[in-house]
Amino acid sequence: MTVSPAGENPVANLSADQPLDAIDRGTLRRRERLIGIALRTLSIAGFFALWYAASLLNQHVWKLFNPVLLPPPHKVLEAGIELTLSGELLRDIAASLYRVGLGFLVAAMLGVGLGTLIGRSRRLEQLLEPPLELLRPIPPLAFLPVLVLWFGIGEMSKVMFIAYAAFFPIFTTTCEGIKFVDILLIRAAQTLGASEREIFRYVVLPAASPSIITGLRVGFAQCLFVIVAAEFIAADSGLGYLINDARSFFLMSHMLLGAAVIGIIGFVFNAVLRRLEARILRWRVDARGPG
Amino acid sequence: MNAKTAKIRIEGVTKAFDGATLVLDRINLNIVADTLTCLLGPSGCGKSTLLSMVAGFVQPSRGRVVVDGFEVTKPSADRGIVFQDYALFPWRTALENVAFGPMIRCVPKREQKAAAMHYLAMVGLEAHADKFPSQLSGGMKQRVAIARALANRPSVLLMDEPFGALDAQTREQLQEEMLRIRQLERNTILFVTHSIAESLFLADHIVVMATRPGTVKQVFAVDLPYPRDRMSPRFLELERQIKQLVREEVLKLGIH
Repeated sequence: MTVSPAGENPVANLSADQPLDAIDRGTLRRRERLIGIALRTLSIAGFFALWYAASLLNQHVWKLFNPVLLPPPHKVLEAGIELTLSGELLRDIAASLYRVGLGFLVAAMLGVGLGTLIGRSRRLEQLLEPPLELLRPIPPLAFLPVLVLWFGIGEMSKVMFIAYAAFFPIFTTTCEGIKFVDILLIRAAQTLGASEREIFRYVVLPAASPSIITGLRVGFAQCLFVIVAAEFIAADSGLGYLINDARSFFLMSHMLLGAAVIGIIGFVFNAVLRRLEARILRWRVDARGPG
Repeated sequence: MNAKTAKIRIEGVTKAFDGATLVLDRINLNIVADTLTCLLGPSGCGKSTLLSMVAGFVQPSRGRVVVDGFEVTKPSADRGIVFQDYALFPWRTALENVAFGPMIRCVPKREQKAAAMHYLAMVGLEAHADKFPSQLSGGMKQRVAIARALANRPSVLLMDEPFGALDAQTREQLQEEMLRIRQLERNTILFVTHSIAESLFLADHIVVMATRPGTVKQVFAVDLPYPRDRMSPRFLELERQIKQLVREEVLKLGIH
């Protein structure tokens, strides 16, 4: 080994290499992202290509089933344009979203409120948990006819139904989140002078917020899940009504359109809620490191 | 030690869990103001339980803990604590963690920030004020936890194996920091550890505890001047002496 002057110290060169390394990692990450986008685009294109192929091949070559049963994608798009122009689609979307929004709000208030109370008090848990545990396994749909008889065929029965369906996921996750707050965090707050109320506000609620937000997200998905069923039974508007009404007239493209719109609404809302979650829980997302 | 001038008095404290297992048996200790006392013993000797009683998290089965003439019944802001596992609020930045105590005291926002910044700087972390705990190393987290406890200006600082989860280098570094901070903030420190070298490096008094049930085996007044040389003959001699005492207790526990 030769002795080199300070300027050419191999150790000094090592640190000079670091920015280069950072650039390398930057391009690598960009390439990763491009591959990801390409694959996702390809999968969507593939889905529509398969749909087209199945529909057109059946219509012109295979003749396996009545072509009315599977219209090609552009027919669904045409139906969408037609119903948009007539104002029908927007009216149905608005009706469904109104019910979902109201039902979700009721479920969120009851679920977070009751979940917090029961999560805080063992006595209350012992008192209220048995009936709740008995109700939990019953699918919401089982109550739909009952709710229609109780609340009539107006908005009330549907809002209640949606609220019921979304209640349990919100309630359960809130309850668990509140119950399992790290005792050390509570003790730390106590020795910093926090009162019971301050501990709840500054420690228990933020510590439980990831669970609560997850519950709200799952609960919202439940709302979209059950709205269609509610609108099948008794409604004169809404996306479920659109599908059910189209069935009576054998309008396959209208039925698929209704389903597609629900899918798109669910996708958009989930994306928005995820964004919101990432913002509120910045401290947690950060734990996963950059990228 | 005169009981009248003691800052913390532990009077005949006994603790039995589930009414049966005797964890601590008639502990009597007087801790003088502005001193650093180490509770030293193998795991399971009840030293952390004793600290929890001074903090007010746990109540003695018999006897009492008196701080500044008042019996301890619940946690309070005049007794700050630093845990081994940091217990930082993960949703608050380093600065917001340190500002927690001042915030609870309803100090104006700007003063909260100034106080938090002052104590973060004291532990050398002013450059990391806006980071979340998840972005800090173990040593940095513990520095934040120490700053958070100090920012409340507690008269008693309780430390429960604070450096137990850190690597050897960080550990020694933080021990030196502790001594420096002690010069700035005058408080009475009760420090739980199972490391003999750590207690010899830091403490004015070392309380060696016996196990099963936990009792006070022997109290050492460490007469070495600060800063202490971990390699000096007197340091090593004391270390050997205490090691002998602790070993007897570990042997009593058997394999566990």
